[in-house]
Amino acid sequence: MSALSFDYVVPGDDFTQAGAASSDVKRKLKKIGYDADVIRRVAIAMYEGEINMVIHAGGGTAHVEIDSDKIYVILEDHGPGIKDLSKAMQEGWSTAPDNVRSLGFGAGMGLPNIKKYSDILDIDTKVGEGTTLYMTVFTDRNRAGGD
Amino acid sequence: MKVRDVVQILKADVLVEGDLDTEVRTACGSDMMSDVLAFVKDQSVLLTGLTNPQVVRTAEMMDMHCIIFVRGKEIDDTVLELAQEKGITVLKTPYRMFTACGLLYTNGLSGGSEVQ
Repeated sequence: MSALSFDYVVPGDDFTQAGAASSDVKRKLKKIGYDADVIRRVAIAMYEGEINMVIHAGGGTAHVEIDSDKIYVILEDHGPGIKDLSKAMQEGWSTAPDNVRSLGFGAGMGLPNIKKYSDILDIDTKVGEGTTLYMTVFTDRNRAGGD
Repeated sequence: MKVRDVVQILKADVLVEGDLDTEVRTACGSDMMSDVLAFVKDQSVLLTGLTNPQVVRTAEMMDMHCIIFVRGKEIDDTVLELAQEKGITVLKTPYRMFTACGLLYTNGLSGGSEVQ
């Protein structure tokens, strides 16, 4: 199968719409017939990324490439960037304000969850310029040496 | 148990009716959706006091069949419409979170990720 690609705009001003892109990707992967576990890992990793873009960065864009052996997702924003990436990767560490916690997020699990469900995660971030996440989920996890 | 058993045990109102004959074995209770996304595996029922559309999105990402809103909260139509679109059953119980979880647990629903 040759790669299919899709692009989405993640609006930053409407929390109720956050997750719409992930939902659409999930629907497409289901339709193609990927394994349920693969679909769930892509959907959760991308969804957490979308939520982060809405909470922290005023939205952004998502680019998704679907191939027979892997799903590749790029999430790019022009928000404030991540000051301390190693801390941001720790479970429970969060800079989200209280109003975000009242929405059910900001528990410091976003990036750790993305790392957990991706086979490869690369992060480019610069304070004042923005953050780009590159996530790969292999359809056969053995190939990535994962669990 | 089936979703219709959950309805009975929790004296719940059915706000969105998906497949009430779906078999469910495990559940998760949380108001933090990131925790649900982190720790839940193959759980099919979500109990929460949170009432925004991200509850439905979270359930959708996790392939859950049923959302239960505790404490008899009023739920916005946009939330219900999204659940309808995704085929997820939505229930509303008058019980508080602790009691609702306890009732389901004592009736055979497990957490699915108990400490060994």
